[in-house]
Formats: sequence, C-alpha cells, structure tokens
Amino acid sequence: MSKVIVVTSGKGGVGKTTSTASIGAALAQTGKRVCIVDFDVGLRNLDLVMGAERRVVYDFINVAHGDAKLTQALIRDKRVSTLYLLAASQTRDKDALTDEGVERVIRDLRQSFDWVICDSPAGIERGALLAMRFADQAIVVSNPEISSVRDSDRIIGLLDSRTRRAEHGELMEKHLLLTRFDPGRSNRGEMLSVADVLDILSIPLLGVIPESEEILRASNLGEPVTMSSASPAARSYREAARRLAGETLAMVIPDERKTLLTRLFGRRAA
Amino acid sequence: MTLFGFFKRRATAPVARERLQILLAHERVALGTRDLIAILRDELIATIARHIDFDPEKLSVKMDRAGSFSTLEIDVEIPCDKVDTRRFPSTEASPAQHFWPK
Repeated sequence: MSKVIVVTSGKGGVGKTTSTASIGAALAQTGKRVCIVDFDVGLRNLDLVMGAERRVVYDFINVAHGDAKLTQALIRDKRVSTLYLLAASQTRDKDALTDEGVERVIRDLRQSFDWVICDSPAGIERGALLAMRFADQAIVVSNPEISSVRDSDRIIGLLDSRTRRAEHGELMEKHLLLTRFDPGRSNRGEMLSVADVLDILSIPLLGVIPESEEILRASNLGEPVTMSSASPAARSYREAARRLAGETLAMVIPDERKTLLTRLFGRRAA
Repeated sequence: MTLFGFFKRRATAPVARERLQILLAHERVALGTRDLIAILRDELIATIARHIDFDPEKLSVKMDRAGSFSTLEIDVEIPCDKVDTRRFPSTEASPAQHFWPK
C-alpha cells in the first residue's frame, strides 16, 4: 500500500530538503518505489540536492494543469533505479497550484509508488498547507533551537486541523526528526537535549541527525548523504528511514556511543 | 580570562526550555481557542439560520478560562417577528412525546 509523507517544519533552513532526499534515497535503496516531490514553487531546490537540476523538463505544475503527463515529468535517479523526482516549477507563481490539481497528482502518484515524499516549503502559507493536505503521515523536522521548536509546534497544530485526514476525523501520524544535533553541546547544557524537545513537542521520535560536515559535502555533489557516506549522519538517516517503514530500532543518540574517557578527554572531538 | 570564563559559563539550554514551555503554553491556548471559537461560531450560525432568519453579526461567542474550568458564552439576538411560533407551538410538543408509552 502506498504511503504519502509530508516533510515539514514551519521554519526554513532546518533541513527539510536534505531530509527528504536522504530518507527518500534510503527507502529506495531497499528496493521500494519512491517518488520525492518538491512543493516549493518558485524556490525549488530538491532537484539541486539530488543532482538533477539539468534534467528538469516538465514540473509539478505542468502535470497539475494537464500540460504534461506524469510519466514525462518524473525524473528517474541515475544511481538508484527505484527513486524518482517530481520537480517544482521555478518560473510560475505559487498560486498556480490548486487543491484539485495537487489531489489529482498525488492520487496518480499513489498508483505507481510505495512512498510519495513531499518536501514542503517553509512557512504556513498556501504552499505549505497544500504539501501537507493530502498526506497520510508527517515528518516534522526541527533543530534543537527555540525558534525552530516553536515553529514546529505551530506546524503540528496545522497538521491536526488543516489536513484532509484531520478534517475527516482521522489520525494524522506525526514523527519528529531532530536535525543538526550537537551531542557535545547538548551534554554541556549549551543546546536543548533530545528529551527537552520531545517533552515540549510530544510527538514520537523518528531520528536524531547529528550535525555533520558530510551534509554540505553531499549537497555540493548533488548526492543524498545516504547514497555514499558512512558518516554518523548518513547512518542516522538510514535508521530513520527504517523506522518510517515500520521497523523497531533502538534509538542511539550519537554521543551515547562514547565512553566516559572520551567524554572527559575528548571535549574537542565531541 | 578564558579559563575563568569557561568555568563561569552557565548552561543556557534550561533557559531555552523554560522560555519555550511558557511561550507555547500561551500560544497553544490562544491559537487553539481562537480556532475553536471560529468553528463554533460558523456551526452555530448555520444551525440557527436553518430555523430562524437572523443577522449573523448579532451572534457572539466568548470563551473564558478561569482556574480549573472554562465557560462558553453564546449570545444570539433575534428579532421577535422572525421566530415562526407555529414551528414551536409549546414545549409539550417535544419529539419525546412520540415515544411516550401509552
């Protein structure tokens, strides 16, 4: 059965696009058919993070308006054959998407994919609401930082009131993905802990992605971190993808792997 | 100074947590209540308008929170001539009468 996931956050720059690409690639690597969809009309970036920016011919709006077939607009990944991208339009204005158009495209995507992962634009405007509207589940991406957590709280409220599922009185399953987490700083009381954020937002934890240089490297290369790297961030994203698919895995907060000795003497390495 | 400053540096995460908890407690109530009142208002207008021709502007919905309970205050102003009394002959003609054992 096909699942539609929205990756959302309210605040910009917390890692929605990176997370969409990384989790999408990780799911596709298990052989499932995955389509990642960019909802950020006018400011598309998922194509760039996926290294497919020169292959975009038709986009979401072309399909929604009936100017192109879905099969013409889908871009198949060159590295993972079950991974596809539907790009957002860079030239059209954000009002070009309608409820009906989005609903039709999502319905068609459900026919041919196991996972449809929607990368939401930042904010709580029309684009963000459309990205969440027809989703079955949500991944709320948050940084351990007050403005991001506040905005996540607001988005959770919208997921519970403005989605199709919420309007039908059904449960909207939500998962927290805590990104850019620095275990060392958190241990020293300089950053909100995982427990703090969980306590405040009260939604189940999908994963904790440590702050990592590999993320920028991956984005420079246009290659999701889960495709090539063996870094802790890539491992955390792979584990998050497995949890999303229903596996029960122990949650290892990156720094907990460290011994007392490295905690005492490895301050700089933390 | 750097060594001294290092030891003096206070943990700021607890401050962040407390500020967030207080802020969100307020925002959740404010946003949640506003949404609820808007929904109640729309549904009340629709329900009343089915039976009575009235001015939706004359309907007010207020919610107050005081300690352990909340009060919901609904105030509807209806012009006398707009109520069709034939539809509400008397309280005795309640639907329950149909099921009253003979």
